[in-house]
Amino acid sequence: MTAQQIIFFIVAAVTFGSALMVVTSRNLVHAALWLVSTLFGVAIVYALLNAGFLAVVQVVVYIGAIAILFIFAVMLTRREQLESGQRLNSGWWLGAFIAVLVFGGLFAMLQGWSGFSKASADIPVGFDAIGQLGNALTSPTGFVLPFEVASVLLLAALVGAVYLAFNRK
Amino acid sequence: MIPLSWYLILSAALFSVGLFGVLARKNAIAILLGVELMLNAVNINLVAFWRYGDVSLMAGQVFAIIVFAVAAAEVAVGLALVISVYRRRNTVIADEIDLLKW
Repeated sequence: MTAQQIIFFIVAAVTFGSALMVVTSRNLVHAALWLVSTLFGVAIVYALLNAGFLAVVQVVVYIGAIAILFIFAVMLTRREQLESGQRLNSGWWLGAFIAVLVFGGLFAMLQGWSGFSKASADIPVGFDAIGQLGNALTSPTGFVLPFEVASVLLLAALVGAVYLAFNRK
Repeated sequence: MIPLSWYLILSAALFSVGLFGVLARKNAIAILLGVELMLNAVNINLVAFWRYGDVSLMAGQVFAIIVFAVAAAEVAVGLALVISVYRRRNTVIADEIDLLKW
């Protein structure tokens, strides 16, 4: 076992364990903090996959913005924070069954695929992933249109969120 | 060297945990937390396929960035809806928001 594999196992165990805590913890502030731990684990997975830019974006956007937004929302709906009584609805066993079924189905389907245990090729020497990503996002032959559409989507979501949360008296 | 299968299994496990959260939690904010877990699982898959395919094709990373943007938009609108519902009906329990269930 190489060092990289050991690091992956530790990170995967932490990520999966905190994901379980996100969906089971009773206190929503704790659930949001466990989400931060999960997101940090995913950022390390990106780093292991040689996607350094995405690892940084994960920390800045997900942990810095989305997780904080969740904590704000929990605070603004404070009276429900401790979820009086049950935290899971009456059909939770069906949800658990479907989740296990989806995992089993995905695992069985992936195992039958020939590229399942493919090893990664080495990244070519001098390959500039961030430069390539920037070119792909801004070149007309690349992904400039989806990139612009994403910015319009963000603007629309911003206006929509302000409109929805605005307190009309 | 880590085989591709490990990343795919981690991603499938995260997706299933998120799906369980969406299906089983009562609180609307907790349901949104489950959606975030599922989006992250998808992103791990996209980046893993970029790394194990041809690294000079950046589509995997570009898609991951667009998923980031969509996740940010989703969570902003979702939490605004939750806060708006809480203000009017004083609850964030999904079972009690049943005006359309007659």
